[in-house]
Amino acid sequence: MGLLDRLDNPYDVGPGILLGTVEDLLNWGRAKSDWYMSFGLACCAIEFMAVNAAHFDFMRFGTIPRPSPRQSDFMIISGTVTLKMAERIKRLYEQMPDPKYVISMGSCSNSGGPYWQNGYHVLKGVDRIIPVDVYVPGCPPRPEAFLEGMVKLQSKISHQAMFRKRQDMSQEDLDAIHNRQVEIERQFQEFQKVQQELKH
Amino acid sequence: MAERKEIEIDFGRVETERMRLNVGPQHPSTHGVLRLEVELEGEIVTDVIPHIGYLHRCFEKISENSTFVQVVPYIDRMDYITSMNNELPYVLGIEKLMGIKVSDRIESIRVIISELNRIASHQIAVATFGMDAGAFTPFLFLFRDREMILNVFEKLSGGRLLYNYIRVGGLLQDAYPSFKNDVLDIIRKVRETNVEIMNLLIDNKIFIERTINVGTLPADVAINFGCSGPMLRGSGVKYDLRKVEPYSIYDKFDFEVSVGDGKIGTVGDSYNRNIVRMYEMEESCKIIEQALKFMPDASEDVHATFPKKIAPKGEIYTKAENPKGELGFYIIADGKNKPYRVKGRSPSFVNLSVLPYISKGYMIADLIIILGSVDIVLGEIDR
Repeated sequence: MGLLDRLDNPYDVGPGILLGTVEDLLNWGRAKSDWYMSFGLACCAIEFMAVNAAHFDFMRFGTIPRPSPRQSDFMIISGTVTLKMAERIKRLYEQMPDPKYVISMGSCSNSGGPYWQNGYHVLKGVDRIIPVDVYVPGCPPRPEAFLEGMVKLQSKISHQAMFRKRQDMSQEDLDAIHNRQVEIERQFQEFQKVQQELKH
Repeated sequence: MAERKEIEIDFGRVETERMRLNVGPQHPSTHGVLRLEVELEGEIVTDVIPHIGYLHRCFEKISENSTFVQVVPYIDRMDYITSMNNELPYVLGIEKLMGIKVSDRIESIRVIISELNRIASHQIAVATFGMDAGAFTPFLFLFRDREMILNVFEKLSGGRLLYNYIRVGGLLQDAYPSFKNDVLDIIRKVRETNVEIMNLLIDNKIFIERTINVGTLPADVAINFGCSGPMLRGSGVKYDLRKVEPYSIYDKFDFEVSVGDGKIGTVGDSYNRNIVRMYEMEESCKIIEQALKFMPDASEDVHATFPKKIAPKGEIYTKAENPKGELGFYIIADGKNKPYRVKGRSPSFVNLSVLPYISKGYMIADLIIILGSVDIVLGEIDR
């Protein structure tokens, strides 16, 4: 359940008060302002330019094109990935800061597409070199299909767990947390003791 | 406090270090996956080496392994902006080898959609060229109008970008009843927007200052390099395959071959190459109007002239005027259902080869302008 969904019934705690987790708040912000790396590979890039233009208006999703991988949150593999380009794509992906996401647009980057059978020079699916979050089928996909892929990516980001849950932790981790709490408590008591000594 | 010293600099002896800069292949203004190795002295470009092959999709090898009909979709993906224009020379070549004559309605539909696609391609070219120069609004205007053309193509073939519509001996399907009205709407809209673009972009003082006298290509050099299309016509050479060697039914239409006139800037610079594309959109509108009049109204079976078996024998070089230039296919057929060899002569590849020549001595920022004015498509260069 996202943070904004709680706005529907705010009276369960009191008016003007939202109860939520830090995770929900951060994910809400992350999902609604994704910056993408603007680079095109092949035919799908032209369709992606159409998505960017006035008719489909990609920016209403809060996306901003960034020319550098170091400023971008997700990248769009829009077209055929040849073996020569695959090296570059892997390096670009590694240059992106975490957390990072990948949309694979079109049949070529999903599986090799029309070049699957005889394409001696084409990578048969970009997921062989980098992890892919959303696959958009089509050759090329319709802009509407791509926008659906973007919605899917947003929902994936907004439901992502950022912190570990206590019930998922191992006994060692729980012990470490307990020891840390004991340590903090001990330090606090020492601090108080020093304070009292200073008073006398 | 230290005393301020007068330092004398002898500017005659100051030298900048030579630098090699790598542009691309993911650079946004290389129009795809082109990699440029640029040698700079300060800000002046002294050498440019284009590295290609990042989008090599083995078209020629695949076409040896597929039947004559199966080659057509791969031709679509060569120059993916102008798929309809790409299909035309290949199909015309096979029809010439097999001696197939198609009806007037099929011919005129082929011409109309080719010219519509030429308009769409030039719209992208002008839009991206404007973006390279820093103007974003024309991009939005032109892509809005391009959607109208794509809608017509979608109604005809089912695809927005890659159509597989022109077939050997006919078309995928006949034009739908309101086709004429839709096309007339498009022409009206294109003309309206072109006036707008002329005011907004082409006659803009900033745009003119940015593009005139940049990347000047003399006519003799353009011919020697084998350039074609707006690249050659921008240099003032009146050469258009539709006029010089008319194919299909282009000899029936009355239109001008637009060339760079040098009213603003010099003949053959980036500005003139761009304005040729604007003129050509208007000429395409004229051709479409005439073709709509020429087209028989009665609907007919466009599959009637489909050959039962496509197995031609012989060799042929077939060419047509693409929006980028002369697109040619050299087809060798040995009587089987698969071509023995298909060699593509792509205009973008030849036009790109002139880039090192025309960009020497200009600033690094002008290099992007020159590359935008060449209007390359990497799918066609690497094939």
